Parts: sequence; C-alpha cells; structure tokens
Amino acid sequence: MSNATQRTEVLDREPFRWSNLFLRWEFILALLLIGVMVMGTVISKYFLDIWTLSDATFNFSEKAIIALPMALLILTREIDLSVAAIIALASLAMGLCAGLGYGPWALAAIGLVVGLACGVFNGLLVTKIGLPSIVVTIGTMSLFRGLAQVVLGDQAITTYPAGFSTLGQGYLIKWPPIAWSFALFLILAAIFAVALHRTAFGRRLYAIGNNPTAAKFSGIPVEKYKLVLFSLTGLMAGLAAFLLTSRIGSTRSNIALGWELDIITMVILGGVSIAGGVGTVGGVVLAVFILGFATLALSLINVPGIVISVLMGLLLIVSIAVPIMIRRVMGFRGV
Amino acid sequence: MNLLLKNRELALALIVGVMITGIGLYAPAFVSPDNLAYVLDDTSILFMMAMAQMMVILTRGIDLSVASNLALSGMFSASLAQNFPELPVIAYIALAVVSGTLLGLFNGSLISWLGIPPIAMTLGTLAAYRGLIVVYGGGNQVNASEMGDIFQNFPKTPVLGVTATFWIMVVLAISFWIFLGQTRTGRGLYAVGGNPVAARYCGVDLKRQQLLVYVVSGAIAGLCGYLWVARYGVAYSEIASGFELTVIAACVIGGVSIAGGVGTVVGTLLGALFFGVIVNALPVMQITPFWQMAISGAVILAAVMINARGEQRAGKLILPEARRAAAGGKA
Amino acid sequence: MSPYILSLFNVSKSFPGVRALHDVSLALKAGEVTALVGENGAGKSTIVKILTGIYTPDTGEIRVRDAVKTFASPRDSWSAGIAAIHQETVMFDELTVAENIFMGHMPVKSTRLVDWALMKAEAAALLKRVDAGFSPDTKLKDLSVAQKHLVEITRALSHDASLIIMDEPTAALSRNEIDDLFRIIAQLKAEGRAILFISHKFDEIFRLADSFVCLRDGEKVGDGPISSVTEAKLVSLMVGRPIDQVFPKRDIAIGETVLTVKDLSNATEFADVSFDLRKGEILGFYGLVGAGRSEIMQCLFGLTQPIRGTVTLNGQSIKLTSPEQSIAAGISYVPEDRQHQGAVLDLSIRENVTLVSIAQHVRGLFLNRKSELDATRSLGHRLDVRAAHWEQRLADLSGGNQQKVVIAKWLAAHPKVIILDEPTKGIDVGSKAAVHEFIGELAEQGLAVILVSSELPEIMGLADRVLVMKEGRIVATFNRGSWSAEAIVSAATGAREAA
Repeated sequence: MSNATQRTEVLDREPFRWSNLFLRWEFILALLLIGVMVMGTVISKYFLDIWTLSDATFNFSEKAIIALPMALLILTREIDLSVAAIIALASLAMGLCAGLGYGPWALAAIGLVVGLACGVFNGLLVTKIGLPSIVVTIGTMSLFRGLAQVVLGDQAITTYPAGFSTLGQGYLIKWPPIAWSFALFLILAAIFAVALHRTAFGRRLYAIGNNPTAAKFSGIPVEKYKLVLFSLTGLMAGLAAFLLTSRIGSTRSNIALGWELDIITMVILGGVSIAGGVGTVGGVVLAVFILGFATLALSLINVPGIVISVLMGLLLIVSIAVPIMIRRVMGFRGV
Repeated sequence: MNLLLKNRELALALIVGVMITGIGLYAPAFVSPDNLAYVLDDTSILFMMAMAQMMVILTRGIDLSVASNLALSGMFSASLAQNFPELPVIAYIALAVVSGTLLGLFNGSLISWLGIPPIAMTLGTLAAYRGLIVVYGGGNQVNASEMGDIFQNFPKTPVLGVTATFWIMVVLAISFWIFLGQTRTGRGLYAVGGNPVAARYCGVDLKRQQLLVYVVSGAIAGLCGYLWVARYGVAYSEIASGFELTVIAACVIGGVSIAGGVGTVVGTLLGALFFGVIVNALPVMQITPFWQMAISGAVILAAVMINARGEQRAGKLILPEARRAAAGGKA
Repeated sequence: MSPYILSLFNVSKSFPGVRALHDVSLALKAGEVTALVGENGAGKSTIVKILTGIYTPDTGEIRVRDAVKTFASPRDSWSAGIAAIHQETVMFDELTVAENIFMGHMPVKSTRLVDWALMKAEAAALLKRVDAGFSPDTKLKDLSVAQKHLVEITRALSHDASLIIMDEPTAALSRNEIDDLFRIIAQLKAEGRAILFISHKFDEIFRLADSFVCLRDGEKVGDGPISSVTEAKLVSLMVGRPIDQVFPKRDIAIGETVLTVKDLSNATEFADVSFDLRKGEILGFYGLVGAGRSEIMQCLFGLTQPIRGTVTLNGQSIKLTSPEQSIAAGISYVPEDRQHQGAVLDLSIRENVTLVSIAQHVRGLFLNRKSELDATRSLGHRLDVRAAHWEQRLADLSGGNQQKVVIAKWLAAHPKVIILDEPTKGIDVGSKAAVHEFIGELAEQGLAVILVSSELPEIMGLADRVLVMKEGRIVATFNRGSWSAEAIVSAATGAREAA
C-alpha cells in the first residue's frame, strides 16, 4: 500500500525490562542452582571440592547426553520412553562383540550403530505409520530390553578388552579434572544449543512444536524432522550406552533401568513443555546441574537413592505446577 | 472376514481361543480345568488394573503411577497386618483401598485443577510413590511369616472352584461394565474423550471426570496392592515394578485408543487375558520366562499397528457419487 | 408475561485487543424466526457463545422470559431451555445416535441406570418427527453431514428447548435437505419456539425470518421486522457502505497463462477440475462451504495427492507431492483456518514472516537475525502490520494483523501464484480493507492470484473471473461485466431458477 494512511511505528525489539528477565524460567533455574550449591556446601563439608564435584559428573553425564535430543523430541510434542532399553540393547551388542574380540573403537561404533538403528525403528513407526509415540516407545521399551533379557537372562557380560574403560572412566583434562563423558556432554550441549537457537533447523522445530499443522502448511516436512529427532535420540542413547558400559565394565539386562524417568525429569525441569513448542537447551543444561548436584549433596549426607527419587518425582511435579500457579495468580489467561 | 475386522472383541476372542487350543494340543495339562482356573486367578490383578487404566485412557489421560501405588498401598496394608495380625480381613483391604484412593486423588486433583499433563504428573508420582515405600518402611520388607494367616488366606479362598481374587475381579468387571455402559457419568467419559469441546457444550464436565477416573484408578491400584502382597507373601519396594507397562499394553491390545473415547470392558479383559495366557504358557512350552518382556513388546507394537489401520480416515465425502457409495456401503 | 423468550440488554464482551461485542440488545419472540446477520467477525458467534454459556458477558444482562439469568456454564444455558445447532456438527462419532441426542440428559430408571429402552424409543419418535431415515442405534460416524445435522436438531427437540439457535445450518446441505430443514423450522415455529437463525444466504433469510438483527464490528446497526428491509438495505447495513464503493477494482493488464490445471480429480472430494490462470489475473472461486474449493487448493499445494489430472506451471508440468515442492515451484497457499493452519501463534512476528523463506537468511550455517529483521520490517510496512515491536508474539496481535503476517510469510517466498483461501474471514473491517487493497496490488505486480471466498461482495469486487463450485465440481464460469449476484448464487446452490 504505497499511499497508505498513517503508519504505526513498530520497534525492532521489545524495550528491555528487568521484570522480563526475572520471569524467565532459566533465571529461576539459575537461582535454584545457586541455592543447591549453597545448600550442598552448608550440609556437607565434602561438597565444595573440585574432585567431589568432578566425580558427580560421572553419574549424570550419560543421562544428560540423552536429555539433549529428548528435549528436542518433547519440544516437537513427541516422547521416547525407550531410551534406557536402547542402552540395554546397545550394551548387549557391545558385550557380544567384545566376546568376538573386537577392539574398543569398534565396540564404540557398534554401540552407536545399534542405538541409531533403534532410534530409526521408533521414528519409522511414529512417522510412517502415524502411531502415537508414547505407545510405540512403551512397546519398543519392552521389546528392546526384552531382547537383551532373552540373550542375557540373569547373566552378565564382564569381559571387555583392555583400554575399553578409558572413555567411561578417564579424564579428558587432568586439572581441572574434567571427565571424558562430562566433556562430551558439554560439547554436545553447545552443538545442540547452536542447532536449536541459531539455525533454520531449530527454528522449524519450534514451529512444529507450536503448531504442527501450520508448520506442515508452511512447507516444513514435519515427519522427516521427527524421524531425524528419533534417530538422533537413538544415536545419543547408543553413545550413552558406550560410556556407561565402559564406566561400569559390565552388561546386565537391567542396565540403566528406569533412566527414561530421570532423563524426562531433566528435560521438563529444564522448562521444555510437554505440550510442545517451549524450551531451551540452556534450561535443560541448568536442570541437569541442579539435579546432579542436588543428588550429590543428598547422597553425601547419606540419603538413600530411592528417597532422592521421591524428591525428584515431586520436583518434576512442582516444576510444572509452579509456573501454572504463577500464571493464574498474575491473571494471565490461556486461550 | 469383514465382520471380524469390524468387531475387534470377536477377533481378539478368536485369537485367544486359537492360542489356548494350540497350547493345549502341545501341552494338554495347560487346558485342564485346574490350570485354567489358575491362569484366571493369576491374571485377575491385571484384569482389574487394565479396566481402571482403560477408564483413564478413555478421557485422553494416562496413569503411569498405578504400579507404584499398588506397591505402596500393599506395603501399608502388610505393615498393618504385621502389627495387628488378628484384625478382620476387611480392615487390611480397607486400608489398602483408602491409601490407593488418596494417592489417586493427589494425581487427579493436580491434573484436573492445575491442568498438569497426565503423563508428566503420573511419571512424577511413579517415582515418588515407590520411593515413599522406603521412606515409610526404612527399606525393610514384610515377609509372609510376619503377615499372619488372615491377611494371606483371604485372596486364595476357593469359591466354586476359583479363588476369591477372581470373584472380586468378576464383581468389579460387572460394576465397570454397568458404570461405563449404563450410567450417565460412564457414557460421559466416552463423550469427553471422543470430543471434549462438544462434551462441554453438552454440559459434561471434563475436570470432574478427570478427578473421578484418577481416584478410581488409585482405589483399584490400592485394592490390588493388598491382593498382590497377600498372594505373593512379600511386601517391599520393588514389587510390581514396571507393571504399569503391562497394564497399558493390555489396554492397547484390547483396542483402547490412546487418543481417547474408544475402549470397552470386554476388549480390555481379552487384552489382559492374552497376556495372562502368554505368561502362563511360556513355562509349559519350555520357553524361558526371559522371553516374556520381548513378546509383550512385540505384541504391543502389532496391536497398535492394527488399531491404527482401523482408525485411518479417508477424505471428506463431497462428490455426490462418493457420498452415495459410502451410504450404499453402509446400508 | 412477556412474549419474549429471551432478551439481551446492553451486552458487551471484550478480549485482549479485540472488542467483540459492544452494547448489544436483542429480544427473541416465541413462535418467531429471528435472523442474525452480519459479516464474518461482526460478533455473531460471540452472541451464540454467550447464549450457550461458553462466554460470560463483561457487562449487560441476560433475561429468560422476565427473569435475569447468568449462564456460568453450558449446562446453565441448557437448563434455561436454550439449544444450539452448530456450524460444523460437534458431536461424538463413536457413540450412537440416541446417545448423541441425549448426552448430558439421558433418561434414567429409578436405579439411576440409563433407561436405554426409553431413550431409544424417545429418540426414534423424535427422529420420526424430522423424517430421519436412520435408526437411533446407528453410530454417528456412519452418518452423512446432513444426517448429523438432523441429529443435532433432534437433540434440541429432545430437550424441548424454547429457543433454538441455528448457526449456518444449511451450509453443508443440498437443496432437498434444505427444504426438509425449512419444513422442520416451520413446525418448530408453530409449536411456539423461538429460533435464532444465522445465515449468509439472503434468499433463506427472506424466506424464513420474521425479524432481523444486524451486527457490524460488534455493534447492533439495525433490527426490525424483515418486511421493513430490502436485500440491498440489509447489505448496506452489514457492510456500512454501498457495495460498489468497497472494492475499487484496479485496471490491470492481464498477461500470459501461468497455471493450467486439467482434469484434476481426487477420490471423494472433487472431480474433473480444469481451469487456467494468467499473470495479473485474480481468479475467484465461489461456492457454498463444503463445495470442495479448499480441497482443490490443498491438492494444488501438495498437501493431498490427486488420482488423476495434470498441473502445468509456466509451461512445465509439475508433480503435486508435497508442500515443499509446490513452494519451490512458486505456489503459495494462505489457508482458510488462520489459527490452526496459518499462524504459529507462540512465535514472534519475525519468526512467522521468515518461516517459509528461512533459507534466505542463512549465512554459512547460521541464521542472520538482522537479515530476518530487515525482511520482516519491509514486508510488515508494506502490509501495514500494527504491532508494538517485531518480536511480539503473534498471539498478542488482533486477527487482522495476524492475517497480514501470514500473508507476509507467503510473499517472502516470492511466489508466482498465490492462493488466498478466505483471506478476510473473521478479521476487522480496517484490516479487511487493507487486505483487499493489497490483493489488488499483488495482481498489479504481476502475480497470479486465486481468491477463494464465500463472500459475494468480496469476490465480485476483486475477481476478474469467477468459477463456481458445487459438490466437488466446477459448475459455472462468469466473467467480470457479465455476471450478477443472483446468477452466481443460483449456480452455487443449484437453484432451479438458475439461468
């Protein structure tokens, strides 16, 4: 409209306001992380020690690596409950091949390939046949772990080649002590953050998560993108399987049992909405640290693991309930 | 053939029938009345849990916390028996049901009032409820010798050749059938799941329905907690671990649509029976029980694929000839 | 006792950024059909939602008979004797006809169990009253659209509603089915019920209604007995000015053929669709809701696959397999359902505008925000998008501005052919004028435009040619200058008096 009437001035971006920063979920998570660090320091004199903290990273890095692609899946309204079962199957494959005399790097490749294959299988069922991912991955969760159980029964594979434990148990840098698995997590988190927040790929994921129909009507191949995400989740589960097997040096059919829960908790606490379209990699990384270091602090004062899981379960619920309540109190209305 | 495709229950009943016959031909002992009674008894808890889960799924929800609820309520009940072994059995049952109901109420109230997604809510309580067993019991288990006979004998009491557990299940199944098929509220559940917006126009209240189904789901889980602990004679933090998946699988096999609004009591019972037969046939067929999980996974995937085929919808019927063809096909 | 079954007094309702209703009063008399007329977005559906208890008014009063009522929920409205039949049937496919009729108020026995025998008998009796030829045991999913409408009407009867709201009940019905419906309406009238009839079709309004209420931009702009107005008067009330002045048709030189569609057919939705489209041309598609227009456009856009037929773009045959390919070939499609298919409400204006053309803003591997912002600013200014800043969420904009952003998204993809499916549905008058002017501008710049619209003034004001569709087929073609509103409408409805 060349000769249009008076135009309104439209700013390039929203004027900065402190209240917007304070209301960001990442800001709240950062405060929570500081709170956890302070609490840890207060309740245990062993907490604030570089070696203690470094040790703790072994316990969450493998899960955290899977949380990254899981965040993207949940962002696009899908879910993968079979990740822990994929670990079992990938670990089994590595164990069997170790028995055939393969070296450490070949085993790593096998773990990744099996993980990827499982992810592709999930993805094809969801995208090609159009099945709900929750049912598909409940099914494959039984199938994958079931296959591991068929082969292993109640036995364990514990013979792995020399050097296999390096990546799972070793450090990339001696000082400050940074474990291989933790370093991998940090690198992957950076890659995922850039991919989600700075590329066309990431932008399209947000569009899919917010409105899959409009995304499809905008020429985004929604099904292909979802297939990629399921495959990526499988691949990362394969990587985690390699790191975990390498760290503990054994494969049982119940390896990583129940991990899907911890991983999904990381993602949801990180601010990724199960309804899709909302969430950042930064939030998930913060949630990983909060959960990891809170677990460390509690175990340092001898709180049993299962009690910690009560707290984690409640934290998951609270982390969804609180924003809803804040919104209600502040009078925002959902449409 | 067409009839079979249209009527899932009939098809499923046939499959289960063929399975039982096949196993019976291979191992005649499997089809002896005693063994069949045993299979029914052994599957009763799954029957009950699957029916409750079906009701939740009808409203487009899911309750992943049922197995943890079962274990926690069972623990409370066992612990009452440990301390007061001479109470009438109804007291142990009542405690388990009350505990289960309250745990279900917690799920239901947060889901319906705050609108927390059911999958996230019950994933959280799945972890929390199981952990509470240890918080409560300090990690100790209650063994058969500590529970007392009153507590343990009731579920196994034979009535007309089958156990009391089975008869409880039958009573519940009939109640569910009446509730879902013959009451306003029950039909309302189908309406809410099939089309929440239209249901609202009809004055059917989603929030009340949600609260109801999670409370009922919790109550049944509590009841099954007592039955499970009394039957297997042990209560500790790991019982029925992962059982929620079997329960959901039974629903999916029974034709319950995870998208809501579709599912029947008979179908769900057949889905659960399918599982019960497989689990009990494996030892008879000399297959290690380690196959059970893989088979159930494969069966879930197969069932959901078959369901999807039935649910596929064609385009709109705009052309007059297409409308006539569709109308003709149905007449 | 007052003759009015229901009245609204000075009712207003606002949503963030939108004034949906302002100070509207109306009264519905027993035994009368009142037509509620107004353009899309004038506030008709807000009134329906207030009457059915979905919305509560901000101010004003609802009276049933003479008693002041508040409808806090659909149930309140239902118990006050109000039943609504919606534009698109919203019911329960998996349940039986009888259950659909009685959902929310099923008859029960003394045991509190549903009295199936009574329910089926009552349903059968009611179905007989409307001459429905199906049994109450039929599952709803096995019925046609018209039959589903009958179920909804039966539902209103089952409740003995004293006020029945019909929201475009004839949109998806054939001529015979419409006649049946009118017979039923006459019967309801004779029984002393009040009927609020919402329709875009003037012949129906004048045939059926006793009185009318006209809304424009959320305000009542006229009411009275239907005999006191003419069609032309009613149109000018709705639009606010005489029709010819609304759309200044531009003089545009029409160039060579861009798009040729031949014998395009789909299994159930449309058949033998052939047309061509030239550079600078605006080709109108008119027809009733459900005539298959959107379905053809979605097929051209690659969302569904045809079973036969060819499409040629700039002399090259193209395959319709996915939206990506259609976009790459130069076809853009602005869909009808803005909320679900067009806008990504939780993303910003910038992210929406660049969604389709995102590849243009990739430098190396990464997105360049400045380049995105430049594109957004230039398109946003061109379409006169009103917003505080370009990072504002689309959900916070008015419907009209959302639609401008959606159109901007498609222009950013530099299309050769742009398909606009009901581009002004449900947006305010100001935005509407802007969109209309912009459509003309697009044609002037050499784009080939397909305009799908159910608004006759819009299509007659803008299009060079109009294709009329009925039941999945093109039934008539009209050229500018040799058409009349009556002829176009008759072709679309299949009226016997059609030339």
